[in-house]
Amino acid sequence: MSATTYGWLILAFPLAGTIAIAIGFKLWPGRSAGWIASAMIGLSFLAALGALFDMLDHDPEGRAFTSSLFSYAKTAGFDAQMGILVDQLSVFMCLVVSGVSFLIHLYSISYMTSDKGFNRYFAYLNFFVFSMLLLVLAGNFVLLIVGWAFVGAASYLLISFWYRRKTAVQAGIKAFVINVIGDIALVIAAFLLFSKTGALEFQAVFEGAEDVFVKNDGTLIAACLLLLVGASAKSAQLPLHTWLPDAMEGPTPVSSLIHAATMVTAGVYLIARTHILFELAPTASDIAAIVGTATLVFAATVALVMTDLKRAIAYSTISQIGYMILGVSVFAYSAGLFHLMTHAFFKALLFMGAGSIIGAMAGEQSLDKMGGFRKAMPFTFVTFTIGALALAAFPLFSGFFSKDDILGSTITRGGGFIVLAVVGYLAAFVTAIYAFRLVFRVFWGERVPEAAELEDEGKLAHAEPFNPANNEAEDTEVGFPGPEHHIAEREWPMKIAMGTLAFGAVFGGVFGFANLFDPLDKFLEPAFEETAGGAHIPHPSDATEYSGLTIGGVISITGIAIAWFVYIRRAGLSGALVRRFPRVHEFLVNKWYFDELYDAAFVRPLVAAGRFGRTVVESKLVQGGLVGGTSALVREGSAFARSLQTGYLRAYALLVLAGLVGLAGYFLIVSS
Amino acid sequence: MDVVWFVVLSAFIFCIGAAGVMTRRNPLVILLCLELMLNGGNLALIAFARMHGNAEGQIFALIVMVVAACEVVVGLGLIVAMYRRKIPIDVDSMSELRG
Amino acid sequence: MLLEQILFFIAAAGALGGALGVVAMRNPFYATLSLICHLIALAVLFLLLQAQFLAAAQIVVYAGAVMVLYVFVVAYVGGQDEPMRPAGGVAAGLGPLFAIVLLIEVAIAVIGSGLSALDTQGAKLGAGFGEPGQIGELLLKQFLIPFEAASFLLLVAAVGAVVLARRRRGLEELDEGAAG
Repeated sequence: MSATTYGWLILAFPLAGTIAIAIGFKLWPGRSAGWIASAMIGLSFLAALGALFDMLDHDPEGRAFTSSLFSYAKTAGFDAQMGILVDQLSVFMCLVVSGVSFLIHLYSISYMTSDKGFNRYFAYLNFFVFSMLLLVLAGNFVLLIVGWAFVGAASYLLISFWYRRKTAVQAGIKAFVINVIGDIALVIAAFLLFSKTGALEFQAVFEGAEDVFVKNDGTLIAACLLLLVGASAKSAQLPLHTWLPDAMEGPTPVSSLIHAATMVTAGVYLIARTHILFELAPTASDIAAIVGTATLVFAATVALVMTDLKRAIAYSTISQIGYMILGVSVFAYSAGLFHLMTHAFFKALLFMGAGSIIGAMAGEQSLDKMGGFRKAMPFTFVTFTIGALALAAFPLFSGFFSKDDILGSTITRGGGFIVLAVVGYLAAFVTAIYAFRLVFRVFWGERVPEAAELEDEGKLAHAEPFNPANNEAEDTEVGFPGPEHHIAEREWPMKIAMGTLAFGAVFGGVFGFANLFDPLDKFLEPAFEETAGGAHIPHPSDATEYSGLTIGGVISITGIAIAWFVYIRRAGLSGALVRRFPRVHEFLVNKWYFDELYDAAFVRPLVAAGRFGRTVVESKLVQGGLVGGTSALVREGSAFARSLQTGYLRAYALLVLAGLVGLAGYFLIVSS
Repeated sequence: MDVVWFVVLSAFIFCIGAAGVMTRRNPLVILLCLELMLNGGNLALIAFARMHGNAEGQIFALIVMVVAACEVVVGLGLIVAMYRRKIPIDVDSMSELRG
Repeated sequence: MLLEQILFFIAAAGALGGALGVVAMRNPFYATLSLICHLIALAVLFLLLQAQFLAAAQIVVYAGAVMVLYVFVVAYVGGQDEPMRPAGGVAAGLGPLFAIVLLIEVAIAVIGSGLSALDTQGAKLGAGFGEPGQIGELLLKQFLIPFEAASFLLLVAAVGAVVLARRRRGLEELDEGAAG
């Protein structure tokens, strides 16, 4: 079978899964829906492997295949096909997406066992995977936008999965609104490109772009900036990042899949796919690099003070995606994508571990209430620590190689980019600190009662169901989380998923082992070979590479040591620091006041405008003026007309005579 | 005599009749004033017939007279009916058709 | 000619006086008598205009029959004097005002330059103008349909009057009270 056939199969399996589960959602007994969904994704992963092997049979230069099912709309000058593009980039993304999704499906089977929305969950999850695969496999802008929108919809459905929780619904709406901003930007960018190049297919647009646009053309910069806005909205970059921490209202596997490994990487994929345009407009890619850097340092500082476990990991995601955006903006595409892959491994792993810990805490998510789980949950401890080590770029773990690949390439670009690279290293230092802050606070220290019970008596904690965001009591009906909690030690699907990811987090570095052994780079390189506008992919020299790695390693170990010092050796030190710098702490805990800023700048004026519209425009103008006015006019008019009917004979006679007089006068005047 | 005199006289009679219709309260007298107006019209018609030498005007006046007679008959019948039912013979008190 | 003019002015004075009397007299009976006087004056004016038949019809039909009917009804019904109360209804002072305005307008129309043909004694009359023979001929030849329609109208009016004015059952007590 050809690569494109595999491509269609990659799409067909999750779609079949979602339709099957959705149609029969009342009929699937027990956990069978979960197994079916996971099987579908597994088959999709196998199809992606098939596409990969088929592709490897071909010459490295000619590995881009397109295939179109049917023509969606064909008019003069406009031709939208339902077409996929299978090349190295899309196959890579498909493998990562379907692989990680399969493991998360397995994890979810046990995590969501007692939830009343079990079947609905897996229908949504399969739909999400289908949308994401559609996004990465799309061969033209139309299908890309379709996949983009579907992914946004799936994210909304899954964030507000426990839909009777008010906080979840609000978070879902927030995510969707910010995503729509990105959608609009993407659509306008597609319009701009179509209007100039006259094509929608990626290959046609990119070839046409080199002819139509000069370097740093105004329209092209505008289009690229709009693409950047779209990417920022989906990938939660500054300033459109505020939805991601709130999206932690969804179930933990959802956070792990969508908001760590797949959906948020769509922005990175977009920039990598449209790299020709960004290369032709270096201004736009410089701006993208700055956005990425600003994001990564902002999120790292906030992650340092977050007390909610999932939100801390969410800010870590924002920060790491900033690295990826930085990578693809300096034209180091395979570096950025390499980090995408390793990040998928260790971030999904961290979230899975967090899910296990939260299960042990019977739904509590605050770090302040956790501690001493080291001996009570050994498997979770080991896998979580592996994830944290990879996140902190500890030497020889996967994150170590991928992060330094990006930073090394940034340095190689030279000029102002060295500043960005330095900022990146500083943020890596903070990353190491906060990663191990989480590890030490959860697993070391005084054992909390839940940990003690679990370790000594083997009793899993149970609490009255409540919403961890506002501590409201809830029940366990449809739209609320199920009554049972699950930890990895007791559920084998969770163990398999976490174990596989841990393996990937440790040994993933083999795909990009410095300059020695770089299979990923060699595989992806032909896809990005045709650079435009004189740009070239920065390959770090050996000197840069190794010195970068050394510095990175030193930073990472130092950061871990500092975290050890603050949280374990001098246990009260973090509290003392907070008291010493209260305003800094406030600033960070309030997430640099972005939410408040948006509230004041956008939400309040809109609400006020709405209120104005309702009270003044609608009540007074429309109801009072237009509606009431016309009816009052009619009423007064008819009252006046009625007053002529006095009932007196003589008044009527007078009217007749008056009319006669008027008529006579008229004729008199006319004839004179 | 110039025909003008007769026409002016008929105008006078008509306007006096009109004034009477509007000022009097007894419906009988209102009907009388109505007769005045009709007579005024008749006079004008006959004056014009004389002016044109055409007897059609006189025929018209004759028919007007017939119509006036009919109208008087019906009107008086109404007034008699009113009187029979104890309704006051006063146009100002009959205002039930008010809007 | 002179006789004609004198006769015209006398008849005109009688007509106007009768008209004013109808309008001004408070007692309806006197008003009716005033109208009879007016009608006779008008008949004289008709004679002056060579409308002999019509003058006769005026006296016989109008003054003779219609006004007699009137007198009967006035005797039966409205014998009381009208009180000198200000009129009700909407601005009754406007009535005479409008009438005066109308008069002025018509006067302007008649005397002004618009109707210049009025400044004449009238056309040359043929023989038999205004005599019953000619009227009858016109009625039966040219104006047959209006003639028939007028007779039909008379029938309808007569029937209508009878219907309106007849005694109804159930109202005997009322009529008894009225008669007593």
